[in-house]
Formats: sequence, C-alpha cells, structure tokens
Amino acid sequence: MKYNITLPMNLETREKLRAGDEVYLTGVIYTARDAAHKRLHEMRERGEEYPFEMKDAVIYYVGPTQPRPGHAVGSAGPTTSGRMDAYTPELLDDGLRGMIGKGRRSPEVIDAVIRNKAIYFVVVGGAGALLSNRIKKAEPVAFEDLLSEAVVKLTVEDFPCFVGIDTLGNDIYD
Amino acid sequence: MREVNVSIIEEKVKEACMNIAVEYSPEILRALQRGAAEETTDKARAALNMLLENARIAREERIAICQDTGMNIVWITAGQDVHFTGGSLREAVTRGLEAGFREGYLRASVVDDPLFDRKNTGTNTPAVIYCDIVPGEDVVVEIMAKGFGSENKSQTKMLAPAEGREGIKKFVLETIREAGPNACPPMIVGVGIGGSFDYSTYLAKRALLRPINESNPNERYKQLEDELTEAANELNIGPMGLHGKTTALKVMVEYYPTHIASLPCAVNICCHASRHAKVVI
Repeated sequence: MKYNITLPMNLETREKLRAGDEVYLTGVIYTARDAAHKRLHEMRERGEEYPFEMKDAVIYYVGPTQPRPGHAVGSAGPTTSGRMDAYTPELLDDGLRGMIGKGRRSPEVIDAVIRNKAIYFVVVGGAGALLSNRIKKAEPVAFEDLLSEAVVKLTVEDFPCFVGIDTLGNDIYD
Repeated sequence: MREVNVSIIEEKVKEACMNIAVEYSPEILRALQRGAAEETTDKARAALNMLLENARIAREERIAICQDTGMNIVWITAGQDVHFTGGSLREAVTRGLEAGFREGYLRASVVDDPLFDRKNTGTNTPAVIYCDIVPGEDVVVEIMAKGFGSENKSQTKMLAPAEGREGIKKFVLETIREAGPNACPPMIVGVGIGGSFDYSTYLAKRALLRPINESNPNERYKQLEDELTEAANELNIGPMGLHGKTTALKVMVEYYPTHIASLPCAVNICCHASRHAKVVI
C-alpha cells in the first residue's frame, strides 16, 4: 500500500501500516544519531527532561552535511539504525512513536516497537541529496557542540520511506 | 631532479575532495542504471531509481550524494627524483582536504579520540595518509572519501592455507551476507588476499580504487572476482536490502605473496557511493 501521512501519527494510523508499505511523511521530525542518543540516555539517568517532547515524536537517524546558502540542510540520508539499538527501547517507552533510518534492528527494539505500537521507517541509504530537497526547515534544538550530530527539528514534506517494522513486529528485511 | 611546490598538491586535493562528493564515477552510474533495468520487483526498482534521481540532483545542485562524506584516505606516491618545496607535504594535503570540506559543504565526520572523548575535530581531518617512494619524477595522489556505514561491516580473517579458494569464497560471501542492508547495497567489495594481517586490509582498500568495469589482470583472480560477484548477487539482499538481484556491483580482488603458514583475507565493504580520485602531478 501507499500512504501520505501527516505527523504526528495517531494509533489508528500506526496500526494500519504494514512492513513494506510505501509512505510519504509530512510534518516535524527530530534528528538524533550516536552521540545525541548517548546524551539523551544520560539526561534520562539524571532525571532531566528531554530537550524536545518525546510523546509521539519521530526521530530521524541522520547527521546532515552543511547546507549551501538558501538550503535548510545539506545532504541528509539515513545512517545505520542498529547503532542506536541500545538506547531505543527506553525512548519508545517514554513516548517515541516513530524512527527513521536504515538497516536491521535488535530483537529488543522490535519488542519495544510492538509493546508501544510504534513504527520503524526505512529510507534509501545514499540518497542524501534527494532527501535534502524534501526538508523544508531546520531549527537547532540541542547539543550544538556535537556539530553534525546535534539534535535539529526538521519540517519535512513528502519524505519518502518504507515501513521497516510495523506494530506487529513484521520486518521488511525478512 | 624535479621541484614540486606542495601548494599545487593542496589545490588538486581540494578540487578532488569536492568533486568526488557530488559526482558518481560514470561506470558506477552505468551499473546502477543496468541494475534498475534488470530488477523485477517494485521496491528494488524504486530504490535504484531513487539513487539515480539522487545522483542527478547531487550533480546539478552540488549537494553531496550521501551525507556521510566520509573519512579521507590518501595515498601519495612520489618519484624519488622529486624535491618538494613550500613546506610540509602532509600538511599541504591536510589543508587541501580541509578547504574541500569547507568549500564543498561536506560533513565533519572525524572525532579526535576514538575511545574516550570522541570530540568532533570540526575539520574532517586528520585523514589516513600513506606515502610511498618509487622511481621517477611523477607525483600521484589518490584520494578516497570512505563512508563508515559500510566500513563498519568490513572484516578480516587469517585462514589456513588448506582452506584455499573455497575458504576464501565462504568468508567473502558470509561477510557480504552479514553486511546486508546496513552497508547500503548495492555494494562494491574490495578483497585483499595474502601479505600479512595488516597488509591484507591495505590490499582490500586498494582494490576499491579500481574502476568497477575493470577486472584483475590475472586470469585466475579475474575468474574468482566474477564468481564472487555472481554469488553475491544470488544472496537476494538487493538494493537497500529490499531484496533483488543487485547486491554487489563488483567484487574486486588484489593479492600479494604471503607466509607459508597463512592465507590472510580481508574484505572491505563499500556502499554504491565509492568515491575516489587520482591526481597525477
């Protein structure tokens, strides 16, 4: 199936998606990759608030290149999601409902996806220039010292994904 | 004796660094087009068509093909009759890479300490730099921008000589299978056989510098490359791991003499965005 989805996704929307569906996302997503995940985890350990609202949030595993003048971001394709696996179940339990990346996830992440009725989306790796054109706005949120690994709020339009893991735990790579 | 001012090298390195980030080499583009024509499922075709559209946008708008614009690996091969002037050669190469990173709007992807601080250097340097001295008065600089999604899936193994050709094939294919969707297939695979523990990995990386429409000149190794490429494409990993026939655009093998006790084998995985350039000065 093919869907155009406006973020945030409600439960009904998430439950109708199946692994392999072609999806075009419009709305707000947050960037976070290796170093940012580590910091989010440390903040949680210290009992601090996350720097953005985790409830119903969608995180995109990306570290873009610098934008050319007139562009919101530079090249912005997905990084390998598996490196975020250690930190992902707690974020899902705290409200995260969507992740965008590439590659396989651990059994623990798949369990947390099922438990929280979340969705893991996959995008085409190495299509960073094309994906960049679907990102309309980029606003810094946190960890700016991490440079390309900082957390940035992105506004996307018709961002092309496949459903990688659905709420039942079906996996596009199986 | 020929004098070469290192500022020339700095400039060439900068240009190469900027160009390889936004343009596929023609033979990789052709291989992706061939893959798109041969794939039979919608998802596999869609993924390859997206890569082709991405290539067009990257070239026209000068936006990096992939946001992982890589860590730079540089090989400098200098003729022994060359005298470098104008300062340190290594520093000139580093300055060229830093200027390419800045002016090409690339990504700072290098951290200073690998284990403890992991602080981004902000310049995308240092690079990994190899130097070699050969007869003559040419200077050849080869630059690679290596993405680490695929680098992370690379492996090395010290096989026993008795494991032979079948052992090598098994190890290479197992490495490709394990890399799967994480390495951004269709991949390009460099295999180094022989030498020592470290040199096999060096050979595997050197193999990635060869254009993918060229085979090893040794007939037996060419045949091994063909068999490995074919077998990799039967693993049904496909573009982006969405299943299909286009898993490896090419497996390339380099070899070197080794010790009587060993058969070292290294597999260096690269995604479809295999970015490298050669500059002769």
